[in-house]
Order: sequence, then C-alpha cells, then structure tokens
Amino acid sequence: MSDDVLDRWEPVIGLEVHVQLATASKAFSSSAIAFGAPPNSLTDPVVLGLPGALPVFNRRALEHAVRLGLAVGATIRRRSRFARKHYFYPDSPKGYQISQYDEPLCEGGAIELVCGGQRRAVRLTRIHLEEDAGKNTHTAGTTSLVDLNRCGVPLVEVVSEPDVRSAEEAAEYMRALHALVRYLGISEADMEKGQMRCDANVSLRPRGATAYGTRAELKNINSFRFVQKAIEHEILRQARILDGGGTVVQETRLWDGAAGTSQSLRGKEEALDYRYFPDPDLPVLVVDDATIDGLRAGLPELPMARLDRLVALGLALDDARTLMVDRDLGDYFDAALQARGDAALQARGDAALAARGDAAAARSLANWLVGDLLGALNRDGRAVADSPVTPAGLAALVRLVDDDVISGKIAKDVLARAYASGEAPDAIVEREGLRQITDAGAIEALARQIVEANPKQAAQYRGGKDNLLGFFVGQLMKASGGKANPQLASELLRKLLAG
Amino acid sequence: MTAAAPDDDGCWLSAAEQARQVKAGARTARALVDGYLARIAADDRDPRRLGAYLHVDADGARARADAIDAAIARGDDPGPLAGVPVALKDVLVTEGVPTTASSKILAGWVPPYDGTAVARLRAAGAIVLGKTSCDEFAMGSANEHAATGPVRNPWDRDRVPGGSSGGSAAAVAAGLCGAALGTDTGGSIRQPASFCGVVGLKPTYGRVSRYGAIAYASSLDQIGPMARTVEDVALLTEIIAGVDPHDATSIDAPAPALRAALDGGARGLRVGLPEEYFAAGVDPEVAAAVERALAILRDAGAETVPVSLPHTRYALAAYYVIAPAEASSNLSRYDGVRFGRRGGDRQASLLDMYRHSRGDGFGAEVKRRIMLGTFALRSGYYDAYYKKAQQVRALIARDFTRAFDDVDVLAAPVAPTAAWRLGAMAHPIDEYRADVLTLACNLAGLPGLSVPCGFTGGGLPVGLQLLGRPLDEATLVRAARVVERGAAIDRRPA
Repeated sequence: MSDDVLDRWEPVIGLEVHVQLATASKAFSSSAIAFGAPPNSLTDPVVLGLPGALPVFNRRALEHAVRLGLAVGATIRRRSRFARKHYFYPDSPKGYQISQYDEPLCEGGAIELVCGGQRRAVRLTRIHLEEDAGKNTHTAGTTSLVDLNRCGVPLVEVVSEPDVRSAEEAAEYMRALHALVRYLGISEADMEKGQMRCDANVSLRPRGATAYGTRAELKNINSFRFVQKAIEHEILRQARILDGGGTVVQETRLWDGAAGTSQSLRGKEEALDYRYFPDPDLPVLVVDDATIDGLRAGLPELPMARLDRLVALGLALDDARTLMVDRDLGDYFDAALQARGDAALQARGDAALAARGDAAAARSLANWLVGDLLGALNRDGRAVADSPVTPAGLAALVRLVDDDVISGKIAKDVLARAYASGEAPDAIVEREGLRQITDAGAIEALARQIVEANPKQAAQYRGGKDNLLGFFVGQLMKASGGKANPQLASELLRKLLAG
Repeated sequence: MTAAAPDDDGCWLSAAEQARQVKAGARTARALVDGYLARIAADDRDPRRLGAYLHVDADGARARADAIDAAIARGDDPGPLAGVPVALKDVLVTEGVPTTASSKILAGWVPPYDGTAVARLRAAGAIVLGKTSCDEFAMGSANEHAATGPVRNPWDRDRVPGGSSGGSAAAVAAGLCGAALGTDTGGSIRQPASFCGVVGLKPTYGRVSRYGAIAYASSLDQIGPMARTVEDVALLTEIIAGVDPHDATSIDAPAPALRAALDGGARGLRVGLPEEYFAAGVDPEVAAAVERALAILRDAGAETVPVSLPHTRYALAAYYVIAPAEASSNLSRYDGVRFGRRGGDRQASLLDMYRHSRGDGFGAEVKRRIMLGTFALRSGYYDAYYKKAQQVRALIARDFTRAFDDVDVLAAPVAPTAAWRLGAMAHPIDEYRADVLTLACNLAGLPGLSVPCGFTGGGLPVGLQLLGRPLDEATLVRAARVVERGAAIDRRPA
C-alpha cells in the first residue's frame, strides 16, 4: 500500500469473527458434527427444521463460550437470552437463525496482540452464541445444492470495537484470537475449513479527525492472508473515492479472494430487517457463579501469559510472538525447553538450571526451532505436531551445539537427516562419530601434517601473508571431516606456523 | 360393516373402559379398530359427512391392533391404553403417517418421527387411528380455515364444531375414536370441546412436551386430551405429561396423579367466579347452563365466590400481537425448499420460488396472521407491540396469581355462545372476539378444562370452563368430575 494514502487517511476497522465451537453435537440437537461427511448425513429433525422439532441448547457450547469470555476479561451475563434472526435462504431451514441479540452472553473484554513490535489491546463489544448455517453449492444451470451438515454447529460471534487501525493489525488480531481459542481448546479454528470466519467493517477518516467516516462491511474473508489483503484493498478503494471528492456508500461488500477484489452485495436501503425477538422455545440461559468459578479455575496458560513468560526467559518479542500465536509450536518449544533442562540436570546435576531455564539455552532453542525446524515443516506443509524430530531430539541436538560437542554446520546437517529419517539427532551424532575433536594433541598432530604438506604456503604466511591462516584451518577441517573444533584448530595452527 | 350391532361395537365406551375390556379379554383391539373404521366409512358416505378425519391409517391401525391382541394373548400388558384407538389433531407429527396441519403447503408430507406425546400414547398401548382436521396451522375458532374444507358439528351438521381442534372434538363426540389429542393456543381444545359436548383439558404450559407439535405460537401452544369422560382426560394427561429432553420448555415436575384425584368431590372447594367472564355478551342460554353447573358444585359442598381479573379486557389485544408474531416466525420454515409443497417452476428465481410456495400454500387466515406478526416484529416496532404485549401478559398472569390466593379454582363459560352456523363469522375480528374467554389462560400458562354441563334450548352442548393454578390439573379434574356426575348427560348426537 502506498504510504501517502495512510499519511492522509486513518483506517478505522472493527471485526466480527465467527468461530465454530468444538462440540461433539450441534448447538441445539444431538446431531453429530464432523468435517467432510457425506452431504446431509449429519442431520435430524431439529437441524432440518422439520415441523414440530424444537431446539435444546448444548451446555458444552455454553461452557466453551464462557471460557472464551473469561479469557478476554469480558463480563459474563448470569442471564442471557436466545433470539431469532429471520431471513429466507435455503441454507437456513427454519427461516431464522437462533442467535443472541440484546442480551448476549459476554460483554466487554479485549483481545491482546503484538503488532509492529508493540503490544496492543483491541476492545470487544460482545461475544454471543449462535448456530451456523448450512452450505449452498450453485451448479451450472438453475440447480443449487444444499448441504445442511454444517447447519446448527455452535458458533461464537466475537465483535470488536472499531479499535483496529491497519490491515496488518487486523490480521494480527485474527492470529491472536485464533491462538486464544486454540489454547482454550474450544475450537480448531481452521480458517480453510470455515471454522473461523471474518467480516470487517472498514472506514477512513482524515488523520487527526475524531468522527468516524462511512463504513463498508466486507464479508467472506476466509484466510489470514485475505484479512490483510481484503482490508488493504478496501482502504485503497475508499481512499480513491474520497481523494476524488466522492463519498463512501454504506454497504455490504463481498470479498472475492481469487480475484482479489470485492463487489457490492447490498446497500443500506436493502439492509434486511431481521425481526429479532426472544426465541420462545428456549428458556433464559442461566450461568451461575459456581459454573463460572469452575470454568475460570480450569483455564490453561493463555497466549499473552506465554508471551510474557517467553520474553522473561530472554527471547526477543518477535520470537516470543511466533511461539505464542501457534499453540502447537509454543507447546513444542516448552517441551523442548523442558527436555533441555532435564538433560542439563542429568549431565551437570544442576537443579537450578532446569528450574529457571537458561536464557542462552532458550534463545538457542528458539533459533533452531523457528529458524530451521519450522522452516522445514512449513516448506513441506507439515504440522508441528507431526514433526519427525521430537522436542527431546531437538533439545539434545541444540545442547550438543551449545556445549561445543558438534559444530553448527554439522548440526544443520544432522537436523536435516533426522528430519528426513525420523532418527534421533543425537543418535546420528553418536553412530557416525560426529563429535568435535577437542583433543588438542589430536588436532596438533593433524596441524603438523598440514603445515608439513604445504611448505610453500607456510613460508608465505611466515613472510607476512596472515590471511593464509584461513587456508590452513580449511585444510585441517577438511582433513578432520569437519569435526575439529575450529577455534582450537586455528589457535594451534597459528602457534605452529609462528614457531 | 362388521357383524356387531352399532351399539355393541364398544365405540361409545370410554377409553379407560375400552382398555379394561381389551386387557380382560372381553373385547379385542382389532374389533374396536374395525368398529371405528366402519363408523368412519359410514359417515364418509353421508352427503353431510362430518369430515372429522383428514387421514385414516386403516392398515397401520389394524396391524397395531393385532400386535396388541397378540401381546395380550401372550400375557403381556400393553399398557394403560391397551387397544384404545385414538385420533390425533393433524398438527401432531406422526412417523410414517401424513401430517399436514390442514394446510396445502404440507400436502403429502410424511414425517420421519413421532412427537413425544404421540410416542407416549403409543407406548401406553394406544392405536393411532388417524389424523383429524383442524384450522390451518391451528389458526381459527371454528375449523373453517382448513384447506380441506370445514368440519361439521355432530350435534347439528349445519354448525361448526369449534376450533381449532374441531376434527378431534367432532370425532370424539360422534363416537369415531376412543379419545383424541388436540392442541390449545388460545382455547383450541376447550372451545371445540364445549361446542361438541366432550371433555377437553389444556394442561399447564410445559406440562406436556411440545416436541412434535407443529408450532403456531410457541409460548402459548399446549397439547392436551379430548375425550368423552373426565376419567379419560385424566388418564391421557397422566400418560402424555412429563419433562422431555427434546423440549426445553417442558417442566420437570412429578407426574400428576389425576386419576387418584378424580373422586375427591367438591366439599370445601373455593370456586372463584371472575366477574369479567360473566359480563354482558355471554349468551343467556350459555349463562344458564353454566349457572346450573355452578349449582351442582355448590350442592356438592363447594363455595362460589366472586373474584376480579381486571386485566382480562386486554387479553384479546395482547394475544393477537403475541400469537401472530410467534406464528410469523414459526411459519418461516415453510419455504418449499426441503419439505412440503414447492411452488413455481424450475426456472423460477429463488424469490419466485418462495413467493409461489408460500403464496399458493398458505390460506387467507394464515397469511393474515403472518402479516400481523411480521408487522409487529418489524425493527423499531418491537417495543410498541411484542414487548408491550408481553408486559400486559405479565399483568394478566398476576391477576390470576392474586385470585388464586383466595380460591382453589376458577369457573366460567368457555365461550360467549354455543356453536354457530357454518359460515356465520363474516369478519375475522368477530371470530377473534369469540376467543375472549379462553385466551387469558394461555397467556398465563395455566391449566384449563371444559366439561359438558348442559344444552341450549336448541340442543347445542355447552361446557363449563375451569381454570386452575399452575400444575394443579388435579383440582380441575376433581371439580369437573362433580359436574359430570351432576349433569348426568346421557344424550348422544343423532
């Protein structure tokens, strides 16, 4: 995005994110939930909206939503209510969606995130419970197919205040929310599977202004990448209109990820009247203090707490953020750090090291994990949980490097081979005798051979060509199969050549 | 026709007596079913047929009867309704048996499941004989809004049977079933029971699961029994009542011991007479029949005391906001997409498909209420209509709570008049006004009962309405039994 647009205009962005809750059965019936099942196989009279069927709320979905509310510091309503939101569309067999309207489960709270090296908090308006719709597939001709497997899957809709100020920050907000629900274990939140979906309200105002501009709502944003792209596109679209002296029209626009553009779906005049009213089939949703206390006590370490802990361990904020936003990666790191500590403990009998974590060891582990292993996993599209190198294996390898048992270069090679074969890295090192030669006698013997074999270069060096030392070190490393400790080799060579 | 003489086929027996005889081996379930099928077929040949049934499941009923007879032969107990052929209002969903709510839009729909009340009846040994006509989606007070045409009153075939459960009331009154189920949203069990001279009970809201009852107005709808005796109504209520995991509004209360309460008598009972229900507008012959029933109660030792329910006059207005609002929402699912009738041709746009499916599928009264309700729920109007009506509803409920501080039960007419002539209600508002004495009970969620207490000079039945405290159906059947014994009605429709 050209920076001058952002010099003149300040984007004001609010996000509405739908997150499917990971329950065994649907929000209002015992019909099962699964991804990729044959069309319309996960239905029952309630899901199909058959005459006479009635909804009964899934308490598990409530617990999930309360956990999210507690994690973001929201106020949990002790009495909230379901409402019907009416619209006609074949993906909604009742002709209305069961949602929450003026009495949502959660109000307030904030999502914390790291963007541009800064910590930020985006305030939330509300989090409410609702049910997902089915899926329509439009085929050639006049036929549309309706699959109601997704219909009735419990959702939370997380509505932010218009606190987001850039497309990048919006994407970061999504990553933070994604991390949060994954930490809580309340959703898989896989955007590709539609388990997490984003609508964005975007407006621009002149830098320095306080009043909001007219907003457009972007729908159908279905990946982290598209969150940023769609909002950047919308900012430019509105800036072009405003710079040309025009006015932005309040409307709903549909983002087309493949085309990288958006189209108007409906204007303000066509806004639907959803005719909300309390669902008479569902009693007031009561959450008592004991339930809330129990759920609060069961909360795991949350992403921002992990970030703080990792920064306190000595990691850079950006590395800590990388390990924070992906729960599996963070868990992998913690397990590796634990293994590192355990191994150190065994090796040195140093309880304190295991307990406090060692800043240098932690940074080193983070570098190997984020820089090398994660690169390989990403290249192959593999999940962290499926890594062929275990946390203990990585920890053992990094310890060998940190303790100068092997060189960094050999370690990279060992890691690649361990990744390919699934063998433990330290086992490869032992089997192939890759430990560095740190025995000064052995290296000195090698050094003598090298110097004797290259009299011409030795003479030149002694004649003042200091930079030939590198040549001798290289020869020695080659002769040792890369195992000689390079510092020691260089030291001994210098001594020999001088003498 | 079967060999048995018309009066020998057991068709006029009470359901409880039918079950006793079937279990004792004195009569087979198959004979009862065959008797009713013969009577229904005979009525269908009458040019002025009642038209009580929309669908008779002859094969299913016979097969079920044979299974019950076989069970009894083996020494098994099929349950307290062993072999009793029942009729179900067509808003009650029945697995494998067409269910249409008397609407064109559901023509041909065969549900894949049984509602809870139906399943409980079947589990108690009852046999589903067929589905009865009603006002379309239970919206009406005379059964004249059925897509299949009106039902006639067995006592006078030029008159309406009442509604919306008119088919069930007519079938019970004419001896075309052992007992029936209806639904009552604003009087739809009690008023046709009164017009047809049968007993009808609307239980406390939540007492009977609504799962499988095609919704009209969810916060008001309640399933209840219609039968020839108070004992039958007590028996059927015991069977269908009870909390249901499929209905979040069903009440988790101990099962009502209604048959045990039947013979408690009226001694010491304080019967409140709400002055607003006896005001001008009640037909004098209806008032006279009700007065005779009150005399029976007093003779049995009850004390009648005047009470006031001052917000009664707002009940009609509140009801005709709340019920259409909920109906407009509940009927959104009839879109022609997955079940029921689809309108328009295959090339039509989605909007045209909706327009044709709903435009052609719904009758005029249903459309009227959908429009009323849609208007009431429009953005910006919610506070003025639905919310205000709910506030009025709370005041009406409070009136009852206060009255029940002083009395055990309330007694009143069911409707201002007896059954009117077919086609006599020229204007919808007139028909709405006819519900004026039954609506408040639904708004307050209370149990209400209609028991036959006499006739007009023209020979039309009149019922006494009894209203009770929440979950106190026991007092209603106890008082109703006193009236039933005292009135000793032994007439049958010609």
